[in-house]
Amino acid sequence: MPDSALQSGGLREFRKGPDLFRALCWLAAAATVAALVWILWEITAQAWPAIRRFGLEFLTSDKWQPGRNRFGVLPFLAGTVSSSLIALLLALPLGLAVAIFLSEDFLPLPVRQGVRFTVEMLAAIPSVVYGLWGIYVVIPLVQKFGLWAVAAFRDIPVLNVLFGKPAYGNSLLTASLVLALMILPTITAISRTALVAVPGTLREGAYALGSTRWEAIFRVILPTAAPGIVAATILALGRAMGETMAVAMLIGNSSKLSWSLLSPAGTLAGLLANQFAEAADLQVSALMYAALLLVALTLLVNVAGEAVLRYTQKKTAGVR
Amino acid sequence: MNADAGSVSPMNSSSARTDFLHTATSVSWRRSLGNKVLNVLCAVLAFLTLIPLFSILFLVLKNGLPLLGWETLTQLPPVSGTTGGGIGNAIVGTLVMVGLAIALATPFGVLSAIYVNEYAPNAPLAHAVRFVAKLLTGIPSIISGVFAYAVVVLTTGSFSAWAGGFALAVLVLPTILLTAEQALLGVPKTYREASYGLGATNFQTIWRVVLPDALPAMMTGLMLAVARAAGETAPLLFTALFSYGWIESLNEPTASLSVLIYNFSTTFDDHQKQMAWTASLVLVILVTLANVGAQALFRKK
Amino acid sequence: MDQSPTQSAPRPGAMTDQPRPRADFLKVVDFNFYYGKKQALFDINIEIPERQVTAFIGPSGCGKSTLLRNFNRMNELIEGVRHEGDILLNGRSIYDRQVEVIALRRSIGMVFQKSNPFPKSIYENIVYSLRIAGVRNRSVLDETVERSLRGAALWDEVKDRLHDSALGLSGGQMQRLCIARAIANRPAVLLMDEPCSALDPIATAKVEDLIHELKREFTIVIVTHNMQQAARCSDRTAFFYLGRLIEFDETQKIFSNPREKQTEDYITGRFG
Repeated sequence: MPDSALQSGGLREFRKGPDLFRALCWLAAAATVAALVWILWEITAQAWPAIRRFGLEFLTSDKWQPGRNRFGVLPFLAGTVSSSLIALLLALPLGLAVAIFLSEDFLPLPVRQGVRFTVEMLAAIPSVVYGLWGIYVVIPLVQKFGLWAVAAFRDIPVLNVLFGKPAYGNSLLTASLVLALMILPTITAISRTALVAVPGTLREGAYALGSTRWEAIFRVILPTAAPGIVAATILALGRAMGETMAVAMLIGNSSKLSWSLLSPAGTLAGLLANQFAEAADLQVSALMYAALLLVALTLLVNVAGEAVLRYTQKKTAGVR
Repeated sequence: MNADAGSVSPMNSSSARTDFLHTATSVSWRRSLGNKVLNVLCAVLAFLTLIPLFSILFLVLKNGLPLLGWETLTQLPPVSGTTGGGIGNAIVGTLVMVGLAIALATPFGVLSAIYVNEYAPNAPLAHAVRFVAKLLTGIPSIISGVFAYAVVVLTTGSFSAWAGGFALAVLVLPTILLTAEQALLGVPKTYREASYGLGATNFQTIWRVVLPDALPAMMTGLMLAVARAAGETAPLLFTALFSYGWIESLNEPTASLSVLIYNFSTTFDDHQKQMAWTASLVLVILVTLANVGAQALFRKK
Repeated sequence: MDQSPTQSAPRPGAMTDQPRPRADFLKVVDFNFYYGKKQALFDINIEIPERQVTAFIGPSGCGKSTLLRNFNRMNELIEGVRHEGDILLNGRSIYDRQVEVIALRRSIGMVFQKSNPFPKSIYENIVYSLRIAGVRNRSVLDETVERSLRGAALWDEVKDRLHDSALGLSGGQMQRLCIARAIANRPAVLLMDEPCSALDPIATAKVEDLIHELKREFTIVIVTHNMQQAARCSDRTAFFYLGRLIEFDETQKIFSNPREKQTEDYITGRFG
């Protein structure tokens, strides 16, 4: 048997297998790359009627009126950016604190592993469950806080605009709070990796010069890990911008622009979630245009994040 | 603030050194205090983040358990205003569409990973694949729904399990690809050298040596993909839509747990709301099982 | 705010009229040390003289580095360590409840086996210990940088690029920068843990010359694997073996006429 397989004909026959397999793998790889192109092309093609009709005015108009075939996404664009930024503002200190907590030895290892497991679990909970929880827990809280805040900040400039009447439970603030919770694991995980990657010799050096723990953290460890933390922040921002379900369930999905954190708002992703199933004609095209904007926004942010992360890896390679 | 603090340490003259330990203690008490305050603050912040998670888990259990039972798991969803019923078709729908997604995405993901890692690690195509996979992970999940809507729903003219499965497949493709690549990277180089040394071809080496060794780690990736797909709602909203009946073919609107939660949580019907909590409990259990399974497979490796 | 009157007092006298050096400047008394259950040091008694260079030699795992790292209590960063006995610095216990670890480490500088400059500028590396103490006076900082870099024989090489990243220096320069950083605070003692093990011969020679210069001002303890180095640059040498101090004497005596058989075996290269 083995001898016959070594006969020239048999072997050639046999070697066709590998070549075919290689071609198959190449095809799959090419298809993967093509998938991204296909996604972009398909969405652009579907959006084309709206792009031709509205052009860049789509970005600057705040009128989203499907009944009159008038479409502008400014409120949703603003909502996407502001809800993500507020979420980031809330999640960054908290996520960083957790990352530091996990990478230092404040408490025994089992406690830290417990915290780490819990944070990882936060990442595994489906978005829609966050939404349900938000409806049940966060909306009533924000409503109570809103009533208080409107009264308390009535005469304080800036704050009386940010916390202006009327105070709703379904609001930008509610969505941002839950978003913050959802991006926390991303920030924690990537920051923790960056902190752990800081060489132990630097830590020792800082202690040997008489630093307290936090002097070492603030002056040596955090600055060294900074690029990784920046990357974490950017990637978390991308995640927040694309987050759909929890936001759609909590933000109130309003197309009215408002400066108040307590009033309903809308995001691009939420707009798509709410209107796609029942849209027709030009509305579909306008939604595709909105989807294209969302893709562009998140791609931009993610490419920036990846670039920083790559730069970090190169740089920390130099430290060691 | 302390402009004259300059006189602190560098000027420690040699003769003043005799009692440097005494003086140093009084310099540092405030720094030590600050250090302790920050220690406590950091620990408090870390534990603060645990509160929401426990709140979520507690509420999902508290509100989900009362209706959890055989009937709920096997019956059709209640129409608004009625009682009883269950989430049976949504469980089936979720499993079917997750299965479709995995079946569609796995060949592309794994074969791409093999190409990238085994055949041409430095080819332009390999770099492109890695880059695209990273970008795809960053694309919002709802976009895969929009894409599936354009490609499947608009061309076939109807919402369907196919469309939902396709959307989820796009979503999990990068997960499968990247974990498969990691799995292949984990196979020791010496295995390949040994196989080539014995006269094996590329294909034989990959098929008989590399893949069997990488399999557990690849399965981990698949389980992670299952967990990710099962929990997703956005891509299904306008691809699979929802249905109050059992799934009969892949060409019709199909229920899923996540869309059921979304639909029922935003109604005014208290019974449906209750059902949304039970569905959440089932979904969290499902996702956790998949994640735990992934961890277990990873440990085995 | 946080400095005591003693420290703000003007410097009395210059380098020349220092008090007479103490013979037991750093004194270890009946010292035992444990990593968890494992005992690493056994009944160590040693007196290290002021403003001299003392070398610790011995095969790996003999405890020389462990003892060194107890002088500035760096070992306490490891979980589950324990000690018995005492270490006195200039007659005062470093384990005194009144002594804070961070204050102790300011008084005892340390240079590590692998150079570890912070990813900051050369300037910021040197003034690190002043900055954490809250020093803001620019002229004090500038002065310290120049004095420390001159002290570490690095000034001429880097004076034109003080604000460049320290990571751009060569390996030998980095290690001398770390020495400059360690002496910026004018510590009483300078601990060196195999400072030349990662350097080439030329850079090593420079650091050894530097050690000769530095001992005029500092009490130096150096751990080394390299016996020629111990012979070249130390005044006294301590030989450790399996966690015990075997012999401690004038370097010349240790290398020419050791009392103990184990010492002789080690320095003649019969083991280790």
